[in-house]
Amino acid sequence: METQNVNFYYGDNQVLKNITIKIPANRITAIIGPSGCGKSTFLRLFNRMNDILEGARLEGKVLIDGVDIYDDKAIDVAMLRRRVGMVFQRPNPFPMSIFDNVAYGPRIHGLHKKKNLKEIVENALRQAALWDEVKDKLYNSAMELSGGQQQRLCIARCLAVEPEVILMDEPASALDPISTLRIEELMQELKEKYTIVIVTHNMQEAARVSDYTGFIYRGELIEFAPTVDIFEHPQNKLTEEYITGRFG
Amino acid sequence: MEIRRSFETQLQSLKENLMEMGQFVRRMLQKAMQALVEQDIPLAQEVISDDDVADAMDINIETKCIRLIALQQPMAGDLRVIGTVIKVIADLERVGDYSVDIAKTAIRLAGEKYFKPLELISKMANIVDDMIGKALTAFLEKDLQLAQEVCNEDDEIDHIYKNLFDELLDYMRKDPNLIYQATYFLFVARYLERCADHIVNVAERVNYMVTGQLLQLAPSHRSTAEE
Repeated sequence: METQNVNFYYGDNQVLKNITIKIPANRITAIIGPSGCGKSTFLRLFNRMNDILEGARLEGKVLIDGVDIYDDKAIDVAMLRRRVGMVFQRPNPFPMSIFDNVAYGPRIHGLHKKKNLKEIVENALRQAALWDEVKDKLYNSAMELSGGQQQRLCIARCLAVEPEVILMDEPASALDPISTLRIEELMQELKEKYTIVIVTHNMQEAARVSDYTGFIYRGELIEFAPTVDIFEHPQNKLTEEYITGRFG
Repeated sequence: MEIRRSFETQLQSLKENLMEMGQFVRRMLQKAMQALVEQDIPLAQEVISDDDVADAMDINIETKCIRLIALQQPMAGDLRVIGTVIKVIADLERVGDYSVDIAKTAIRLAGEKYFKPLELISKMANIVDDMIGKALTAFLEKDLQLAQEVCNEDDEIDHIYKNLFDELLDYMRKDPNLIYQATYFLFVARYLERCADHIVNVAERVNYMVTGQLLQLAPSHRSTAEE
């Protein structure tokens, strides 16, 4: 997954400036930067979530497996969003049962056979480390779950459609510390099968979970390197100042 | 705009504490050498009791470092400063210990007339003293060139140590009555040589603190001593 010279605008406002990056497969890449730096916009490039905003305009290329995902002749956006799942800051389960939440995606993608569906749901819940906690109440409302469980449910819902990439936009910022660590642990397990990109304003979280870190400031990718390098000896002075808390 | 003023202050005080400790053990070594050369027992005893102070400084600074890591989650340059301080105080503490060893030797030999003036040993001690001063300044001023100079000086220490070793062995062979004194002189030379190695470690840590690279700046510094 990569971007080539991406500029992104909301109307006259340029939010991303000439970003070229290669996101390593089966690794966790963290994107850090101060509020409003463009990191969430950057994340949403990969599932074309920015398209729905009025006045949005993209220059440059965003490639997945070498295919330009903004080439409407080559790409079906619904299919793209199945391949590139997303987990948001606030857990957003649908107001339906736990089972139906996870089964929602497979159903709309045409996996109707009940036996098959059960297997998919169980599998996804297991992968999201939630199965043991919910296996006896699959038909209870998802809204009864705790915040941390709801977030893992959203991850399970995302996994149920067998994505290749998972985008996470501040997935733990609304969670308590233990739920946060559980999500982080889960990410380590998931990276075996998926490519994960996480946007976070929590630098300690980025340091704990990611293999690579990119620092975005005012729409520019200032530095992108293995996480140990970024947090131990960043090359760029701006990166150093940001992660040591000298500005924000 | 300074966002982390309180953290910055604590980091600054950590550096000052390290400088104090560095100057303190440097003074211990100077006093130990003076006690040896001038056969001054009270001065030697002072060095021995100084060791408790050096140990307390070591523990105090390490505690501060651990606390800063736990409470402030330092990153990048800040993290490297703290990591450097933790390592450097251990090296300085060892220099304090060797000063005590030299002071104890001074007490043992206080009643004897030296069979030769302590020229080469004093020369070694002066170089080590110079190395400590430079290493501390290098730390304070992030001076990589000075750190490298410290490492270069270690070669001279190793060279003198080897000559001294040969010379003292020669004396012992020729006159077994000198073995007692000569062996102690050899010990002192060895203590000084070890001090120099610890100061090389300090200089290498300064290099790490500034560049993030952990390098052996004086690759030769082990060879002569360990052989």
